[in-house]
Amino acid sequence: MDNLNTPEVVLSVRNMIKDFPIGQSSSKNSLMRAVNDVSFDLCKGEALAIVGESGSGKSTGARVLSRIYEKDGGDIIFKGQPLAEYVDEHGSLEYARQVQMIFQDPFGSLNPVHSIYHHIARPLIIHKRGDKKVIEKLVYELLELVGLFPAVETASKFPHELSGGQRQRVAIARALAVDPEVILADEPISMLDVSVRLGILNLMADLKDKHGISFMYITHDIATARYFAEKTAVMYVGHMVEWGNSDKVTQTPQHPYTQLLLSAVPEAGKSGRRELGAKKGEIPMWKPDTKGCPFAARCPRAIEACADTFPSITEIAADHFIRCHNI
Amino acid sequence: MNVSSLNTAKSKAPLLEINNLCVDYVSPHGIARAVNNVSLTIAPGETLGIAGESGCGKSTLAFAITRLHKAPALISNGEIIYNGRDILKMTDKELRAFRWNDVSIVFQSAMNSLNPVITIGEQLTDVIAAHKQISPKEAVAKAKELLEVVGLHGDRLKSFPHQLSGGMRQRVVIAIALALEPKLIIMDEPTTALDVVVEREILNELYDLKEQFGFSILFISHDLSLMGEIADRIGVMYAGNLIEIGDAKTVFTNPSHPYTKGLIASFPSIHGPKERLYGIPGDPVNLLKLPTGCNFQARCVDCMEICTKDDPILAELSVGYQAACHKL
Ligand SMILES: Nc1ncnc2c1ncn2[C@@H]1O[C@H](COP(=O)(O)OP(=O)(O)OP(=O)(O)O)[C@@H](O)[C@H]1O
Ligand SMILES: Nc1ncnc2c1ncn2[C@@H]1O[C@H](COP(=O)(O)OP(=O)(O)OP(=O)(O)O)[C@@H](O)[C@H]1O
Ligand code: SF4
Ligand SMILES: [Mg+2]
Ligand SMILES: [Mg+2]
Repeated sequence: MDNLNTPEVVLSVRNMIKDFPIGQSSSKNSLMRAVNDVSFDLCKGEALAIVGESGSGKSTGARVLSRIYEKDGGDIIFKGQPLAEYVDEHGSLEYARQVQMIFQDPFGSLNPVHSIYHHIARPLIIHKRGDKKVIEKLVYELLELVGLFPAVETASKFPHELSGGQRQRVAIARALAVDPEVILADEPISMLDVSVRLGILNLMADLKDKHGISFMYITHDIATARYFAEKTAVMYVGHMVEWGNSDKVTQTPQHPYTQLLLSAVPEAGKSGRRELGAKKGEIPMWKPDTKGCPFAARCPRAIEACADTFPSITEIAADHFIRCHNI
Repeated sequence: MNVSSLNTAKSKAPLLEINNLCVDYVSPHGIARAVNNVSLTIAPGETLGIAGESGCGKSTLAFAITRLHKAPALISNGEIIYNGRDILKMTDKELRAFRWNDVSIVFQSAMNSLNPVITIGEQLTDVIAAHKQISPKEAVAKAKELLEVVGLHGDRLKSFPHQLSGGMRQRVVIAIALALEPKLIIMDEPTTALDVVVEREILNELYDLKEQFGFSILFISHDLSLMGEIADRIGVMYAGNLIEIGDAKTVFTNPSHPYTKGLIASFPSIHGPKERLYGIPGDPVNLLKLPTGCNFQARCVDCMEICTKDDPILAELSVGYQAACHKL
């Protein structure tokens, strides 16, 4: 996503690769490539939405960026410095503070034996944000910021006493607690109901626009991707197949997979079976030596090259890119 | 009005009939009524959607229907009649048989309910083998078939849960639910973790299976557009109350309750103009501090004096269509 007058790039990812062993074997030829050749720039105060197939490597990508997983190839540069240089105790703590992750699953990300107060106070204490009084005040402010009223009462509860949506708000408050520069939000609102979703999206938009926080926003809801994020990337089987300006990607999709994705979006009033414009073909498991286009088996537009050559990147319009042989 | 549609769904005896159901959570902070006096029916072969605020009691309702609710939840009133029998009065043995033969549930956090140390294949074949008199080989073939129904490759039988993405695990859980060939499937946010293409494939599959087996579905979701597509009728809950229920099309295109109106107006549009939306003003209510009168009053743009005094009751606005609002 190179641009002439690019705003400040906070996080830069180049040709990122992540492999996993298949089953329990660890031999080289039984690796699957969950993320392949992924590159993007995350700019200050901007959001990049990642949409796409379930299992396409969205969460894995975010987990590599948050250092839960080690990358198997490519470069990650945070504020001009390769990730590898954030190593010593101070460096890795600093990276962990500045790049926060909100997980897909609010059930698993909270510890059942700790109160909500503990969850929010802990990062504040670790990052030495003040004495007991200051921290107490911050905890209640954060809970109110994410719409958990009354804050004092919510703070005394335990995760199992909250509904799914309420738990996700706690996770967001916890990420905000340490003043991060980047928030990697893995489906942060998918379990909230529509009215609350907008509140959280608008809250994230304010954090982005007014406080300059950058977001990677992983979602299945393409309408919210367009609503919230300046840029959108579409993933399929570990690859970015289309990306760029959110309006261009969602209004004039050019890659056959993006077109399929948009045609499947639910619309009330259109009930009954809706045939999809793609072959029911197999979703491949990508391996380090797999050839061709990841979408070839299902693609209605496939040509000969698709079966054996990995498509290269084409800029089809300003700030609009696809990886496809048949443009 | 289409007479034949009236004759099909509505004249049949309901498969499930819930009357005045109340479910309370008892805690040191007080008693929170998560399901308050809810009555509804589901006809054979019908899909009933339940929508509403996070925390409004949808999952609690789903748990209560199968009596899988756990303390501190307590069913304090009502009856749940399945095929003429009150589930709340069943003996443990009857209840087990009911859960085993009649109903399948896909819970909200189901993708985390898979056993982490057993392969997907074993978990599926265990369920199938325990349920049907078939050989282990046939069970494996059936398991493969079910995985394919939910769009997973048969090779995934060998995978362990942690080797699958969230969405893939969710599909495994849906496959397990289908394995039991139930008459009623309760699905609590079944496709929330999935991308829309897989969601569409699973919906298409559900439409086909429903036609083939004729089961009913209680479909809980936040996604009103999805609900408008799959459900025959939609019920909307707010703070434990059912506040509007009727045919899906009317609920979606011409809702009566101000809360439903607000919900439907809070969808960012995928194609339309891009504008900042505000959803529904205010904050979710605290079940422990419900106001006198209508629970929605503090957030309601149409609030009147009577709303702060009396509870609105669910009243019939037209045949089979009900809403609870003083303005109506
Ligand atoms: N720890 C792991 N070990 C082995 N394989 C893994 C592991 N984590 C993920 N995978 C595999 O990597 C691929 C990408 O998974 P990931 O969770 O990143 O998908 P996703 O795009 O986030 O999907 P969803 O939308 O369903 O959340 C999947 O094929 C998955 O099976
Ligand atoms: N174990 C519990 N103890 C006390 N209160 C509880 C407990 N479980 C749930 N509640 C409360 O009961 C209410 C209903 O919860 P429920 O999980 O049914 O909501 P929901 O409608 O399914 O929400 P969501 O859409 O977020 O899943 C919530 O306000 C919640 O705080
Ligand atoms: S490269 Fe070929 S298979 Fe891939 S999307 Fe384009 S036309 Fe389809
Ligand atoms: Mg994911
Ligand atoms: Mg729920």
